[in-house]
Order: sequence, then structure tokens, then C-alpha cells
Amino acid sequence: MPNSNRYTYMFVALMALVSALLLSLVKTGLHERQEFNRELDMKKNIMMAAGAYRDGMSGQEVADAFKRGFAIKRLSGAGRENVPAYYVYGEEPAPEAVILPVDGKGLWSTIKGFIALESDLNTVRGIAFYEHAETPGLGGEIDKEYFTRRFQGKKIFREGQLVSVTIAKGEMLEESDYGVDGISGASLTTAGINRFLRADLERFTPLLQGRAQQQEQR
Amino acid sequence: MTKKTLDPLVGPMGVNNPITRQVLGICSALAVTVKMDTALVMSGALIFVLVGSNVMVSLLRNLIPPRARIIVMLVIIATLVIFIDQLLKAFLYDISKQLSVFVGLIITNCIVLGRAEAFALKNGVGASALDGLGNGVGYGIILVLVAFFRELFGSGTFLGIQVVPLGLYAQHGGWYMNNGLMLLAPGAFFVLGLLVWLQRTISGYTED
Repeated sequence: MPNSNRYTYMFVALMALVSALLLSLVKTGLHERQEFNRELDMKKNIMMAAGAYRDGMSGQEVADAFKRGFAIKRLSGAGRENVPAYYVYGEEPAPEAVILPVDGKGLWSTIKGFIALESDLNTVRGIAFYEHAETPGLGGEIDKEYFTRRFQGKKIFREGQLVSVTIAKGEMLEESDYGVDGISGASLTTAGINRFLRADLERFTPLLQGRAQQQEQR
Repeated sequence: MTKKTLDPLVGPMGVNNPITRQVLGICSALAVTVKMDTALVMSGALIFVLVGSNVMVSLLRNLIPPRARIIVMLVIIATLVIFIDQLLKAFLYDISKQLSVFVGLIITNCIVLGRAEAFALKNGVGASALDGLGNGVGYGIILVLVAFFRELFGSGTFLGIQVVPLGLYAQHGGWYMNNGLMLLAPGAFFVLGLLVWLQRTISGYTED
């Protein structure tokens, strides 16, 4: 019997059914927990970009600190549909930092991260990449501290024009406020980051300029 | 239990180690052994999948249609791997992020399909379970050993706890620096190679 075609089809079909059923049950049961973990991780990364995260903070501490110190800003109204929610750290109308979400295509995957700007809305306070599936050890190094640290103190505007921060291929040829050293073997990943970081910052530029004007008027 | 019954369990933990003797499954052995905690979780995941798949394949061994043999085994393995991956994402999120794609890659780990095909298809459930456990633990021992050395020399820590005195480090006025090579894949290769050499010297095994 096990040799006949009919048996083979039925066995494989039954196996597929059982496996699919089992996995859907597992996923449904665990989904909420996983979502909670993902959101917490996102908050942790927002805090890391803003420099508000200390090593070893527990999940509850992260949740509390985020609730206390950070606010989500959503934009509404005409012309704002393209701009996603962003975050501020500290009290309005002149918060310590403004954290913007950035995401785009790396080499293999969509990379998601946050860039935090100081109150001058020009100097980079920090950057963090919290989701990606780039090559481990190469492009995957973008989430390591030794790399993200390089962004601190860099600037995104030059004489009122957005230039963004560019990751060099290898080492930078000369010191610059607008560039950081790259990672060996990660040139395609970092090229992708350069592209989407600039594009996202461009989308946020009207917002940043609007905020800067408001702060000046105070 | 006689010695013979325990052979499938004990063999792969020593002389017949899947990594050092059969040189199977080394890809993940290089990637997840930078720190000991990831190596431990990875080993746990592999043991779970290996025992589970061996038991299931053994239970079904007289029912699996011969022509769809490999496919059926792969479905069983894939289901188990996805199951444990989902569990990790729910309960050990941070570690699962560090393990990234490597838990999913257990599906491609030759040890799992290899043992299912070579042992579980032809043996009873008890023996298959022991074989799975033995190979899984053998793999885990190597993983944790490699991770122990890589973490010690690469980061100066043991399971995250600082063991190399901070005062010894160059940035604190001393002379010591962590061995950066240990944090990269070539470092893993070196440690693994030395372990294979050690094990084969002790057991006297040579390939020919």
C-alpha cells in the first residue's frame, strides 16, 4: 500500500494539513506576546538612538522610561500623509531630541531604524537599526554599537541644504561632518542606507524647518 | 539498560561527535558561538528539533511512502523548526534577535536530516530518541566549548560576566586587549580546528 500513488498523495496531503494546522495554532496563540516584544524592542531602539538607554535595563524599565520621557507625534492635515509618526524626547516646545523613523531597502531586506537629532535639529544625536536581515558579520554589523557610534555629532544640513550623512565605502578620504567610515564587506548594504536615509530625511525636512522656525520665534 | 542500548546516546557525545568527527553542521557552529548564551540557546533548539524529528520519523517509518521520503522528513523538520522559532520570538526575544536566521537554518543543518535518514528510518522510537539526544548534546558540547573560548578571549567575559579584571585593560592603564579575531568567523574556524585536532589525537581517528 505505501507504494501506491494514491497512498502517497493522501499521506502527503494529510501531513501538510496537520503541519499547517499545528503551526497556525501556535502562531495565533503566541502572536500577542511576539507583538509586545517587537514594540518593546522598537522603544528600546528609539531610546538607544536618543542616548537614553542604559545597558541592562529590564523590559519594564524600558517601558516606563519611554512612557515618561518620550512622546509620539503624529501629523495630520493636507500634505502630511507621507510623513509617518515621529518621536520627541523631552518637553515641548523645545525637546532635547527629535527621533525620526527611517527605513528602506538594504541588500537583502528592508532595514528599519531611527535617527535622533539634537535640539538644533541638525546634529545627529544617535542612530539605531532595529530590524534587518542583512548578511551576518558583514551588512549585519550595522546594528553594532561600534558602527552606530560613528554617527554621533555628524550633521545633516549644510548651509540650510539637506545633505544627510553618507557612509563611505571603506574609510573616509578626509574628515567630514557629513560622512562616516564604512564597514568592510558591507558596501551594498550601506549604499542602500545612504539612499533611504537621505530620502527619508528629505521627507522630514519641511517638518524640521517648521519646528526650527517655531523654536526661533519663542 | 545495557551498554548497547545506550550506544546511540553516548557515542555521538564522544568519539562519534557530529561536528568534530563527521564534520556536519559547522556553519551555525561558527556564527552563533561569539557568546556562550547564544550557543546554549542554539544547542537547546537543535536538541529539541533533532529529538523531535527522530521520534516522529521513527514513529512513522513504516507509513512514510518511499517515494516521498525526503519531502516528508523535511516537512516534519521544518514544522518543528518553525515551532521553536516562534516560541523563541515569544519568550526569548532578545536572544532570538541575536540568533537571527540561524534558528531557521536548523532546517538545513545536515545533522538533522542526516540522522533522520541514517538512523530514525530504520530504528525504534526509543533508540531514535537516544540517537537524537546524543547527537544534539554532542553538537551542543562543541558549540559551547567554542563559544567559551571565543567569549573569553574575544570579550573577556563568561556568560556575560566580566572575568578578565577590568584594571588589566589598556584603556584602564594596563596592557591587555581583547582578541578581536575571536569575535569574527575566522576565530571560530581556528578554535574549531584545534578542537577537531585535539579530539582526533585523543581518539586516534584518521580519515582515509
